[in-house]
Amino acid sequence: MNMRRVAITGVGVVSPLGLDADSFWQSLLAAKSGIGEIQSIDPAQIRFKYGAEIKNYIPEDHLDAKDASFMQRFAQFAVIAAEEAVAGASIEWTAALRESAAVVTGSCLGGRPIEEAGYWELFHNNRSRVHPLTIPLSMNNAGASHICMRFGVQGPAYTVSTACASSTHAIGQAFWMVRSGAAPMAIAGGSEAPFFLGSLKAWEAMRVISKDTCRPFSRERSGMVLGEGAAMLVLEPLDAALARGAHPLAEIVGFGMSADASHITQPVVTGPANAMRNALRDAGLAPEQIGYINAHGTATEANDRTETAAIRCVFDRHADRLAVSSTKSMHGHTLGASGALEAVASVFALKHGKLPPTANFLSPDPACDLDVIPNQAREAQVEACLSNSFAFGGLNAVLAFKSLP
Amino acid sequence: MPKQSVPSIQDRVLKVIATSKHVPLESVHPDSTFESLTIDSLDRLNILFDLESEFDIEINDEDAKEVKDIREMIEGVTKLVEAKSASAPAE
Repeated sequence: MNMRRVAITGVGVVSPLGLDADSFWQSLLAAKSGIGEIQSIDPAQIRFKYGAEIKNYIPEDHLDAKDASFMQRFAQFAVIAAEEAVAGASIEWTAALRESAAVVTGSCLGGRPIEEAGYWELFHNNRSRVHPLTIPLSMNNAGASHICMRFGVQGPAYTVSTACASSTHAIGQAFWMVRSGAAPMAIAGGSEAPFFLGSLKAWEAMRVISKDTCRPFSRERSGMVLGEGAAMLVLEPLDAALARGAHPLAEIVGFGMSADASHITQPVVTGPANAMRNALRDAGLAPEQIGYINAHGTATEANDRTETAAIRCVFDRHADRLAVSSTKSMHGHTLGASGALEAVASVFALKHGKLPPTANFLSPDPACDLDVIPNQAREAQVEACLSNSFAFGGLNAVLAFKSLP
Repeated sequence: MPKQSVPSIQDRVLKVIATSKHVPLESVHPDSTFESLTIDSLDRLNILFDLESEFDIEINDEDAKEVKDIREMIEGVTKLVEAKSASAPAE
């Protein structure tokens, strides 16, 4: 099979750090955190206080009011991010391109708030009916479907739901389709909007949410912080992108997956290590070529220590020469969108020769003895980088990116 | 009617653990460790949830993280139950 090199030619972001890719990136470089006291839910109803919410978001500022009414928040985010990515890539739509382009999105919770509202009507208010669009609003693939409708895309389109690895799996699958020639172009990423009572109560019950902020790899960490948002990437063959005069941001070169097959929530070293090795092998990269890893870095003790051990296992002595950061310290853990936001951070790191920091870092945890770029972005032009996503359920996905001259 | 003895907090905690872990009550002792009962992080979550229901208390995340064995769990629950009855309005 004739494998094509695949470039990322456009990115779009909706995040607690800004409603476009550039403000997201500038905030990451400034180590500015989007984490604050949760405002969308009455604080008396939940035991934890902090989240990375998108404040002052008005759907009608970005979407036609009627279109917006047919989408839940997570699907709106997906479409807005896709619009920015497609505009940034200056895609010239033709009938042939529309017919075979792909859309792959990731989401963990989808539009569940509309279901929650329906349950309230049924079980609390004793009503006998729910919103007529409960199904199309809540389905996890609503984001992918609305992106297809928005651009008239009719090729392979679907949604992946692998918890916190959803959008990394989505981007990886889209990458493989473009690389193999199964699709001439793809819009891929993920979106999530987890700030609704049922979801927050479920996270509260898991007892993994931080008491203050998100401090990955820091001795003082006390858990993860939820975030919301979306990111979409436009993937196309590098030669075709250059031929049409596009400006590729970076090359996507590898995708690796694995399953822990061990425990439903407790991570192990082998699964994440295998996913990183598989991504390197798929990319044809030697471990020594990796200069940066955008870590899964949730700031739970279990993740950070296991991820550190997995990186040491794969990179051996090179682990002391590469830089690792968790941008979740700033945009929070956006679950099904996190891999896509972190893919954008990785692509920009290669494009601009700057590595985003791990914010809110206080002092090192000896069990996480990596160079985690504490609190300050760093100027460094690395050749290639990885972006890690390790989901509850032990499903792991890793992307590899390479800088372009 | 014969007077029934009220189960102690310790007995109730042990019963919650045995029920949650699906093990015989006789196998759970105050001196048992989480390891000896193969209680992992998810089992702990279930037990904390069941203890909150059994005693109508709220167990703080940070306090829960400090608990290393069954005895500490019994002590922690006892403190919370006592604090609750101390703050309850007099009848």
